[in-house]
Amino acid sequence: MSEAATRSVIVEREIPHPPEKIWRALTQPHLIEEWLMKNTFKPVVDHRFNLSADWGGVDCQVRTIEPNKTLSYSWDTKDLESVVTWTLTPTGAGTRLRMEQVGFRTDQEPYYRGATVGWKRYFLALEDVLSRVD
Amino acid sequence: MTAAHDMLFRTLADPTRRAIFERLCREGEQTVGALTAQAGVSQPAVSKHLGLLKEAGLVRDRHEGRQTHYSAQLSALSPLMDWTRHMAGFWESRFDDLEELLKRMDQ
Repeated sequence: MSEAATRSVIVEREIPHPPEKIWRALTQPHLIEEWLMKNTFKPVVDHRFNLSADWGGVDCQVRTIEPNKTLSYSWDTKDLESVVTWTLTPTGAGTRLRMEQVGFRTDQEPYYRGATVGWKRYFLALEDVLSRVD
Repeated sequence: MTAAHDMLFRTLADPTRRAIFERLCREGEQTVGALTAQAGVSQPAVSKHLGLLKEAGLVRDRHEGRQTHYSAQLSALSPLMDWTRHMAGFWESRFDDLEELLKRMDQ
C-alpha cells in the first residue's frame, strides 16, 4: 500500500477523566460494548478479536498495548485494511484522547459509500438504546 | 447526517428527478424542452424537478435568450463521496458515547 493511497481519520478530544479510567473503557469488553460494539477483545498483543453489529463485523488484532498510554489494533472489514491507534495523554484537567485510523485506499470508496448506509442505521439504533439508559 | 445530506438524499430519492439529474450528468447541458421530450412528464413537472435540483445545488441554470439551459453540478455530490468525513463522524459519535459511559462509570 503506497503512502499516497492511504488516508487517515483523526479525532482528538479533551476528556475530564483520568487516563486510567478511560483505559478501562477502551479495554474491558463489557465497557467497549457500551460505546462501540459487541466484542471479544482481550488486552493481549497479537490477540485476534472481532467487533460485531447487526450490519456486519470488524476483524481486529491487537498490535500494541502500553497501559494507560496507547493501544492499537488492526481494523479490517471485507475489503478494507486499517489500523486504529488510541493515545492517552494526561492533562491538568483530565486526558487528551486521540484516535487515529490509518490505511484506507482510495479505490475502496465505493465500499465506503455502501458501508455508510449500514452505519447510519446502527447509529440510530444506538441512539435509541442510549436514550433509554440512565 | 447533516441537513445538507438530508436534502441531497431527499432530492435524489425521487426517480423522475434522479433520471433528469443522471441525464444531465451523462449528456451535459440541456434545455427544459429537451429534458421534457424524454422525461415522460409535462414541462411544468420537469421545471419543478429542476427547481428542486437547483435548490439542492445539484444543477445550475443559464439563461440564453428565451431558453434556460441546465447543467449538472457534480461537486454537489462530494459530501456523499467524502468517506473520510463519514468516518470522522462515526468516531465523533463513538467519542460522545464513550464520554457518556465515563460519566456513568465509577472512578
